[in-house]
Amino acid sequence: MARKPKLAVWKFSSCDGCQLSLLDCEDELLALAGNIEIANFLEASREVIKGPYDLSLVEGSITTPHDLKRIQEVRKISKFLVTIGACATAGGIQALRNFQSVSDFISIVYATPEYISTLEQSTAISSHVKVDFELHGCPINKEQLVEVISAFLFHRKPNIPAHSVCMECKLAGNVCILVSNGVACLGPVTHAGCGALCPSYNRGCFGCYGAKENTNTSSLSNKLYQLGVKNQDIQKLFRSYNAYTPAFLKESKAHD
Amino acid sequence: MENNSLIILAESLQLIFDNLNSFGYQTIAPTISENTIVYDQITKISDLPIGYIDEQTGGHYRLKKHSKPTFFSYTVGANSWKKYLHPPKVRLWQIKRKAKAMEFVSEETQPPKLAFIGVRGCELAAISIQDRVFLKDKFVDPIYSTRRKDIFIVAINCARAVKTCFCTSMQTGPKVEEGFDLSLTEILDDKKHIFLVKVATEKGREILKNIPYKVATKEDENIAENIIKTTAQSIEKKLDTENIKELLYQNYENPSWDEVANRCLSCANCTMVCPTCFCTTVQDTTDLTGEIAERWRSWDSCFTSDFSYIHGGSVRVSTKSRYRQWLVHKLGAWLDQFGTSGCVGCGRCITWCPVGIDITEQVKTLRENNG
Repeated sequence: MARKPKLAVWKFSSCDGCQLSLLDCEDELLALAGNIEIANFLEASREVIKGPYDLSLVEGSITTPHDLKRIQEVRKISKFLVTIGACATAGGIQALRNFQSVSDFISIVYATPEYISTLEQSTAISSHVKVDFELHGCPINKEQLVEVISAFLFHRKPNIPAHSVCMECKLAGNVCILVSNGVACLGPVTHAGCGALCPSYNRGCFGCYGAKENTNTSSLSNKLYQLGVKNQDIQKLFRSYNAYTPAFLKESKAHD
Repeated sequence: MENNSLIILAESLQLIFDNLNSFGYQTIAPTISENTIVYDQITKISDLPIGYIDEQTGGHYRLKKHSKPTFFSYTVGANSWKKYLHPPKVRLWQIKRKAKAMEFVSEETQPPKLAFIGVRGCELAAISIQDRVFLKDKFVDPIYSTRRKDIFIVAINCARAVKTCFCTSMQTGPKVEEGFDLSLTEILDDKKHIFLVKVATEKGREILKNIPYKVATKEDENIAENIIKTTAQSIEKKLDTENIKELLYQNYENPSWDEVANRCLSCANCTMVCPTCFCTTVQDTTDLTGEIAERWRSWDSCFTSDFSYIHGGSVRVSTKSRYRQWLVHKLGAWLDQFGTSGCVGCGRCITWCPVGIDITEQVKTLRENNG
């Protein structure tokens, strides 16, 4: 048998939740370890096998000058690079700082601001290097992660649809809570992947998976406005985990 | 000659449920979930939305208390009966890797025998359209056909319409004409709460055994007819179907498509709730070991980019092209393809569109800008 492909997991600015999804695979973890060499995954083992790597999973956004250099290194030693989660694909919740001046924060938060070396903005990995596939979510769905790895192993396209959360809601047999209860829900503009988790519990979608393909955020905002959601609250809805995903960014700016 | 038009007490509907259950049917009927009428398995008439009515307009649904304890005064539910006959997601087959071969494992499913209780005229028409799509061509859909063959249908004549109803334009209701085993008209006045039951099949007659009844009088028939007539007259929404195919085929570049695309979310809700939309996609999956591969089929929508993806990209990238595809197929090309319209006038696509896009208004706008 040919050698097993080598997997590396990299962390940038993030909460570790997405790479934990890999450890959270439990049932699939042994099968995974049997078919792929987990060569560099510090969250799971301090043993590191040197690169290059066949598949790199990248978590986190780029927020420091050090990150800027390191992501170039990671790209160089990775044949196939997949970003995992909202931070890596859209800059994450920490991209909220992009709307303000970072120097203002630093002087307020840190006793000795001169030790802090940070960039003005938190940005997605794809702003810096070529990304082969982006897996959305805050956090990512572990089943989708297994699907991406399986697809990589067998040289096929991953089944990760870019349509709306509404489709997942309807496939699950849910009633639309936006229509039937007037709940503010981002489902119609949000990328599927979570399995319509929140609407299944009568909560509006928070947009954790970022923008779906072909979003029409302004039309949804008009509807939310009609439902009585205030302008600044509409802005807050679009300014969360995926605040810097282009479609959500544009929409939140429209409510300044 | 046996009587086909009977009167039973309203509470005797429980006996119909009981008889269906004892004949091995799972009874599916309207019930309330999340402040909405849905179709689900129930065995007691007390689980029906007794004394409730619905309010439906574009992008808006609310359930309200009714002044009377009627069983069926609401209208169509959020989801249609489609999910039982054309399931949202099914595994088609598996392949297992063996030493020197591959073993194909087909799906052998024995779906439960279902009885649908409270099926509206527009919904009967929708089932009949899906019958045409799945059963009447050279290739029969085995999943649909297995599920469809033993269905028992108790239809209901609508005693009320909501603002999104336009069955009268599509000639599918409110009177139920065919495609059922039993039909009901609910009559409630100061003195009585009864159903006028029409028996359409021998299966239907069997289910009524041991249920006390009397033969319907001419007067009963008139009362029932009047209820249906009043409902029909209360329907305000209209879809002008005259030469509709030509209208659609001649207006691919009509400016109204751009206008609707500004509002359309391309979220696919309309196609998911539509009782006739039948499109599916298939996905092949592998497990991590490469020992098992599976093929799954699930509902798809012409409002997604993947739907029209072919080598090199998607054919329909813009919302405009997706909405146009849906409407032209639903109301126009469907006639060429299947000999009927794809729309039954149930109004679900209007109610459940989050931004309330109205198919009848879109046709009106097209006509106004025709040419």
